[in-house]
Amino acid sequence: MELLNEILQTVLSGISIGCVYGLVALGFVLIFKATEVINFAQGELLMLGAFISYSLIGLLHFPYWAALAVTVIVMGLLGTLLERTVLRSLVGEPVYAIVIVTIGLSYFLRSMVSMIPGWGTDTYGFQTPFAEKFIRTGKLVISWEYLAIILITTALIFLLFSFFRYTRVGTAMRATSQNQLAAVYMGISVTRVFSLTWTIAAALGGIGGILLSPITFVHMNMGFIGLKAFPAAVLGGFGSLPGAIVGGLIIGITESLAGFYLPEGWKDIAAWIILIGVLIIRPQGLFGIQEKKKV
Amino acid sequence: MSFFRAEDITISFGGIRALSQVGFEVRQGEIFAIIGPNGAGKTTIFNCINRFYDLDEGAFFLEDKDISRIKPHEVAEIGIARTFQNIELFKNTTVLDNLILGQHRSRRSNLFTETLFTPFVRKQEIRGREKAEEIIDFLELEAYREQRVINLPYGVQKTVELGRALAMEPKLLLLDEPSSGLNVEEAEDLSFWMNDIKEELGITILLVEHNMRFVQQVSDRVLALDFGEVITQGSSQDVLNHPEVMKAYLGEEDAVA
Amino acid sequence: MRFIMKTDYYQDIRLFKYRSTFFWYLALVIGCLMLPLGLDEYLISQLTFICMYAVAAVGLMLLTGYTGQVSMGHAAFFAIGSYTSAILTAKGVPFLAALPAAGLLAGLVGIVIGRPILHLSGLYLAIATMGFAFIVDEILVRWESMTRGNMGYYVDPAAIGPLVFDSEIRFYYLALVVLILTLLAARNILRSPTGRAMIAIRDSEVAAEAMGINPAKFKTMAFAVSAFFTGIAGSLYAHKIFFINPESYTIFLSIELLAMVIIGGLGSLHGAVFGAAFFIFLPQFIVMTKDYLPQYLQNQTGLQPALFGLLIILVMLFEPLGIYGRWLKTKFYFEMFPLYRKDSFKREKKYQKAERR
Repeated sequence: MELLNEILQTVLSGISIGCVYGLVALGFVLIFKATEVINFAQGELLMLGAFISYSLIGLLHFPYWAALAVTVIVMGLLGTLLERTVLRSLVGEPVYAIVIVTIGLSYFLRSMVSMIPGWGTDTYGFQTPFAEKFIRTGKLVISWEYLAIILITTALIFLLFSFFRYTRVGTAMRATSQNQLAAVYMGISVTRVFSLTWTIAAALGGIGGILLSPITFVHMNMGFIGLKAFPAAVLGGFGSLPGAIVGGLIIGITESLAGFYLPEGWKDIAAWIILIGVLIIRPQGLFGIQEKKKV
Repeated sequence: MSFFRAEDITISFGGIRALSQVGFEVRQGEIFAIIGPNGAGKTTIFNCINRFYDLDEGAFFLEDKDISRIKPHEVAEIGIARTFQNIELFKNTTVLDNLILGQHRSRRSNLFTETLFTPFVRKQEIRGREKAEEIIDFLELEAYREQRVINLPYGVQKTVELGRALAMEPKLLLLDEPSSGLNVEEAEDLSFWMNDIKEELGITILLVEHNMRFVQQVSDRVLALDFGEVITQGSSQDVLNHPEVMKAYLGEEDAVA
Repeated sequence: MRFIMKTDYYQDIRLFKYRSTFFWYLALVIGCLMLPLGLDEYLISQLTFICMYAVAAVGLMLLTGYTGQVSMGHAAFFAIGSYTSAILTAKGVPFLAALPAAGLLAGLVGIVIGRPILHLSGLYLAIATMGFAFIVDEILVRWESMTRGNMGYYVDPAAIGPLVFDSEIRFYYLALVVLILTLLAARNILRSPTGRAMIAIRDSEVAAEAMGINPAKFKTMAFAVSAFFTGIAGSLYAHKIFFINPESYTIFLSIELLAMVIIGGLGSLHGAVFGAAFFIFLPQFIVMTKDYLPQYLQNQTGLQPALFGLLIILVMLFEPLGIYGRWLKTKFYFEMFPLYRKDSFKREKKYQKAERR
């Protein structure tokens, strides 16, 4: 019973961190589906979101939910801005060139944060309504901090799902991800779709940042979480939205269990071993579709 | 002994039968055409011969040897070359390089000798160029020798692809829609070349085509396919005038030119 | 403009297309040999780093630029080369044997790891190699009896017989010689069947297969050769800085190597060298321009990486085909002068069509 409790507790914290991986992975997948580009700055968008929410809550004393909303809006605008200024002129250029630009972007954002007065290289934290609140069922203690992450992520997934399923814009975005040229012929503005994709991805990063902050605190290297979310996205089969979330959960849970039960050092590579194992058996990831070139 | 034979070829994709019990025989030294409307399963036959797909049932035989279990790259080694419907050239390299690449199976050097570029490798390279030059001569590609494929017009690219297949010195040449996208003049040239390939080089040709006039011009025997099933086969005259073929393929009865 | 009259087949496969090219390269080599005479120790050491990273970049170029397989884990091969060479020389093996051994072990690991994962396509391969690099890094930390873990490993200076490469100038010459040999070897591979098979796989894997090229075999070969050169570079690195620890071989090294070949220009050996030079000189350049910036910015530690990121973005915006692409255009401009038109290199913008549902 004691052991079961322990495992449940570990799995639960794995799920909640997995949700954050999943959110960042969603950002990766969204941008990839729309533009075939892997956005290496996705983790940095999360970091930026965390810093913005820290400024709002810690420095300007916004209430949590208001801060969440403002962070999402600011990050969304930032995503649009990035697309307009940097990425739009690269539409149609070789994909790897754009990937390198996002790498440059990640360097840039990370170091810019360290230069902004009040942010810098220190580590910060801020108050959330969930801090130090727990649900007790029997011996199981569930922290609201973890539960909030899981609930907000679930809500977001439903929101995104309905957006892509039931709105015109969402349908246009799905169409563009399959065939840009055909989408253009159908009167869809591909540049607008790209712009919107970056907006959504950046906003997702912002939410990820505000959710992750209570767990890892706010610092300039938070964005390295992208290196965990990336395998999550691939595990799910890059290009599948539910796959990204499932991949995130698998990686989160594995990591959490490995950190608890395996010797030191396994925590960081357990996820990678699972990923490579899965890819050897299923080269297209768990939810990916095997693509065979038509000749 | 038969030269090339397909026996009861059957394959389905996701429950849909693409080919069903297809059988035919290609005689050595002839030009054999497979015709049929779009989606009849013509290219699928080639992709099965090339082992890009696994057959559900049936087998292919080259000189009575079962070749339906070998690896894709071994298909070239036993002497089968092919071209592709939508041109699959190595597009960032020159025409010459493409033709030399066709001779890959005659590679006798290894990584070590190549790194040192020994006199043997040098000789092999020069031999490769001599052979490529013969093909350039044959297909009149002199003007494009050093050009990158990506910059060439469509018709020339098709010719280069034919040349690359010839460079493999195959026993059996598979041509996937060789005349599609060519203008009348280019198609004329092609039919002459195909005749020369048959007569002078002694290479057997199996082609997939939907240009009826072209088929009639070049082929000795024809197989007609519709919805993955054989309608009829025989001499090109007979097949092209077969009422079932006309109905399936042309919809009208008076369309053969 | 230049017209070429060819008289025999060997002209196609020579190392240098024209006699003038040969003289240009000769002049370049002599220039590189003379360079240390006019430079201070620090700059010579930077040149050494360029040579070293160029060797690794040539390795990655063969894999990514020519075979079309993206690796985000080449830091692992770099590390394997470093540690092999460090441990062997510490055990008394002469450097001249340890250097190739470093490359060979890296190549061998390349074959073992490459075989099961090289059938993965694009992105999936990149991520699998990245995972491999993480695992290797962790092994370096944990296998303390061999690598001394996070304590780090002190490395002896390289020595060939009585000649010890312990000064900046000497080591520069060593690295330069290794780079030249690497470039020659890579060039040779590229002008023979293996190199052509690699390019064929990059341009059309199905067609390559139909030509009788075994993709699994040649991808593994490319992976092994690539790992070999990267391992050699790793060995040089160890003997250059005399102290190695796992922190030098993180994912950021892998990403930097990849960025080098892309910024240099995929599909050209020139590009590998240009990319390495870009990555070493850029920080120097930033340091030099620092004096012209406002006081507040000058004292920021984040300034250098920020400008670094910004310049990478600007270079790619300005020239998506990399430095080599710009080099070709400049050369074309002078060759065609005065016929050059602004539109000569106008690119066609392409729409993506994903082959998925």
